[in-house]
Amino acid sequence: MNSITNVSRRAFLQGMFSAGALVLSVPVWLRGAVLETDQMADAMPSSVADRAVLHPSVFLGIETDGTVYIIAARSEMGTGIATSLPRIVAEELDADWQRVKIRQGLGDSRYGNQDTDGSHSVRSFFDAMRVAGATARLMLVRAAAAQWGVPVSACETELHAVIYRSAAAHGDPAGPSRLEYGQLAAAAAKLAVPAREDVQLKPRSSWRYIGKDAKLYNLREIVTGQPLYGIDAKVPGMVFASVEHPPVLGADVASYDDKDALRVAGVNQTVKLNGFSGPGPGFQPLGGVAVIANSTWAAFQGRKKLRVQWGASTNTTYNSDSYRRDLEVTARQAGKVARNIGDVDAEFGKGGRIVEAGYYAPHLAHASMEPPVALADFRGGKMTIWAPTQDPQGLQEAVAQATGIEKTGVICHVTLLGGAFGRKSFPDFAVEAALLSKRLGKPVKVCWSREDDIKFDYYHAVAAMYMKAALDEQGKPTAWLQRSVFSPIGSTFDSKTVLGDEDELAMGWSTIPFDIPNLRVENGPARAHVRIGWLRSVANVYHAFGVQSFAAELANAAKQDPVEYLLALIGPPRVVDLKNVTQIPPGYGLDTGRLRRVVEVAAEQAEWHKHKSGAGFGIGIAGHWSFLTYVATVVQVEVNPKGDLTIQRVDTAVDAGTIVNPAFVRAQFEGAAVFGASLARSGEITATAGAIDQSNFQDYPVARINEAPRETHIHLIDSSAPPAGVGEPGVPPFAPALCNAIFAATGKRIRALPLSRHSLA
Amino acid sequence: MISLRVNGVKHAYAGEPDMPLLWYLRDILGLTGTKFGCGIGLCGACTVHRNGEAVRSCLTPMQAVTGVEITTIEGLGASGLHPVQKAWMDLGVPQCGYCQAGQIMQAAALLKQNAQPSDADIDQLMNGNICRCGTYQRIRAAIHAAARRNA
Repeated sequence: MNSITNVSRRAFLQGMFSAGALVLSVPVWLRGAVLETDQMADAMPSSVADRAVLHPSVFLGIETDGTVYIIAARSEMGTGIATSLPRIVAEELDADWQRVKIRQGLGDSRYGNQDTDGSHSVRSFFDAMRVAGATARLMLVRAAAAQWGVPVSACETELHAVIYRSAAAHGDPAGPSRLEYGQLAAAAAKLAVPAREDVQLKPRSSWRYIGKDAKLYNLREIVTGQPLYGIDAKVPGMVFASVEHPPVLGADVASYDDKDALRVAGVNQTVKLNGFSGPGPGFQPLGGVAVIANSTWAAFQGRKKLRVQWGASTNTTYNSDSYRRDLEVTARQAGKVARNIGDVDAEFGKGGRIVEAGYYAPHLAHASMEPPVALADFRGGKMTIWAPTQDPQGLQEAVAQATGIEKTGVICHVTLLGGAFGRKSFPDFAVEAALLSKRLGKPVKVCWSREDDIKFDYYHAVAAMYMKAALDEQGKPTAWLQRSVFSPIGSTFDSKTVLGDEDELAMGWSTIPFDIPNLRVENGPARAHVRIGWLRSVANVYHAFGVQSFAAELANAAKQDPVEYLLALIGPPRVVDLKNVTQIPPGYGLDTGRLRRVVEVAAEQAEWHKHKSGAGFGIGIAGHWSFLTYVATVVQVEVNPKGDLTIQRVDTAVDAGTIVNPAFVRAQFEGAAVFGASLARSGEITATAGAIDQSNFQDYPVARINEAPRETHIHLIDSSAPPAGVGEPGVPPFAPALCNAIFAATGKRIRALPLSRHSLA
Repeated sequence: MISLRVNGVKHAYAGEPDMPLLWYLRDILGLTGTKFGCGIGLCGACTVHRNGEAVRSCLTPMQAVTGVEITTIEGLGASGLHPVQKAWMDLGVPQCGYCQAGQIMQAAALLKQNAQPSDADIDQLMNGNICRCGTYQRIRAAIHAAARRNA
């Protein structure tokens, strides 16, 4: 994986590449797409980088005019990753950023893992990108040195050129020698790709791009409305489809009547889609009835006229109110132990001051602004897909499995994603398009309505937590028991799965960073009745809500300042032993010194100690470690006598190790505060008799400009530690910090989200 | 037959009169800069200008645009970037960018009515436009920046 040595260099590709000029009138991302379609004789389409004159790695290619093409192999959903990873390549290549062109990579195992989730793109590809750039740079330097007949060690690079200064230093009237990268590309292409041990990386002190602000590479295209997204994809002759899905998970189409649907102007036909098979829905579509039409709108209209009889499903027993009570009962019973230190029961048995609390967090929907949408084109035995997908290789596999086409015959173009938040890790909607295209023999674009998106999501788990602590005379816990019960993601792949897996539990639960002599972390069983998926920061959302709310409750019980109390809970700087809890990547660890630091910085920047809570003003804090990043958030609120909440100010301190692009990191944490405000204020998906009650933004509201935090300040800790996650870790501390602030303002302790279920008056 | 102008170009439409302008723009004219977000006027992703005023194209049937001048994001900066687009770039507003065409069209219409809006004005006139990535703080700053540029 990520190997840069196994590159097949095909000399004839130079000619092929210039064929790209023939299709220059095609919009940006389609340019590559049309080219690939024309060249599908290849087993796997080559990329613009493969076809460049010099292409020492699958991640980049250099043309004789000096243009550097860098492949963004991971999905861009708004984090800026398709700019940030190429910036790392450009750094080590010493390329002029103005002469770099970024192209999105197809789904292709040559790029290694492309599943853009878990906030690990920079962490996992930082070294690979550096090596890719530095390898190309060394080849260019070797080519120049050979041309000049000077030692490689005497040459250096400077913004897109190799320079040999020694001549000038020795009074050579010709001055320094200089060759542009473009002038060297052809000669460098004849050289062997250097061995890894010969490749030197730049020292940190000479970085010009890493750690500096940059804009999205396609910013101008975005603000001028260019066709970039999955929903914008088009090919000649395509038809539009909209799918009526079973209202309850697992119900199939028993029968249907499409007479009236077919009378709708623009509707061509209907197609029945089978439901999923096997132990769980996984990546498979839900089944239902597709309406095929000559516009998206006609397909939507046709669906309204369908009359479908649905078969039975065991999931009709799902009612959110009673399910919540069941979870809360389970949370009070012994569960599976995920971590144990000392003897909690013995300590509780000693009596003393016991504090208990239960917390609850409901299902959430992703509600990315671009709904699930995909275009599939089946021809010549191959399936070409354009989709806003987080996981193109997973999509290829799912399409191959559903259609019987070989995976190598499934070409996946990754478009820009109009938001994703985990939803677009699941390719079910693209599989629908593929099945329909194969069936109809023409290109089909499937577009989900907002109602489809809200009603047929892979939902964030619903969770109940039970917390219990014994406090000593100073108010510090001597024992701490916590138990969470949630519908696990594993249930989506095997409906019998009722317990969380190691990863879900390691998300802010078994990894609790507190310094407590007796600690037990448990997980109880819950059976899911809807598809459960990953949503931005996943299990950290509810686990941080439970842990950080309870920490503040204990501070209150101990009559101590919440910041001081949180620091005391975290305890002295040390690396928390998580050996038997979860796998931590080498070079990383849960360092409580770094966690303390973000708590201190957030509090200091918010001027915590100058504020006095009460009379409608409140300030609250939460600190959380997730995706290997340390985050603390301080929220300041005002609650008026009518109970209206205004989030006045947010201060978030972040230690994400080495940062590639501070501007994007700030943006992610600003956005995370809004995402957190949405879920805390009004995020709630419920089911009645197995069917989802919500349908659109009127009953699944997300924060608007007047409901979001008034101002959010991001404080980045300067660090040379290895890079950690950025896209997700801003979300978990927000809801508990907000609820802690509301408590400070009103004395009301929110133990069940969302706030819309409570009166703050 | 419904005749209208879109970004200065004359078009004639003979299809269903109740088809929303959004889908005419996207699926028939191929102007995909205008985005589908909710279909019921709750998110603002589909905002365009109807004779210079911001409207939700998902709720605007074709029969209501006879003889009308429609401007979409593709036509906003007919002579280079509109000041709002420039401000959006300067402040690095977009994350995923999907809602931003609608945000920009709404902001451009707002500034035409109110050249120097206050924060409260912006909250009032922009709260119909959802950004799920949460770029509101930068949207507010960019509107102020565009207003300063115009001043």
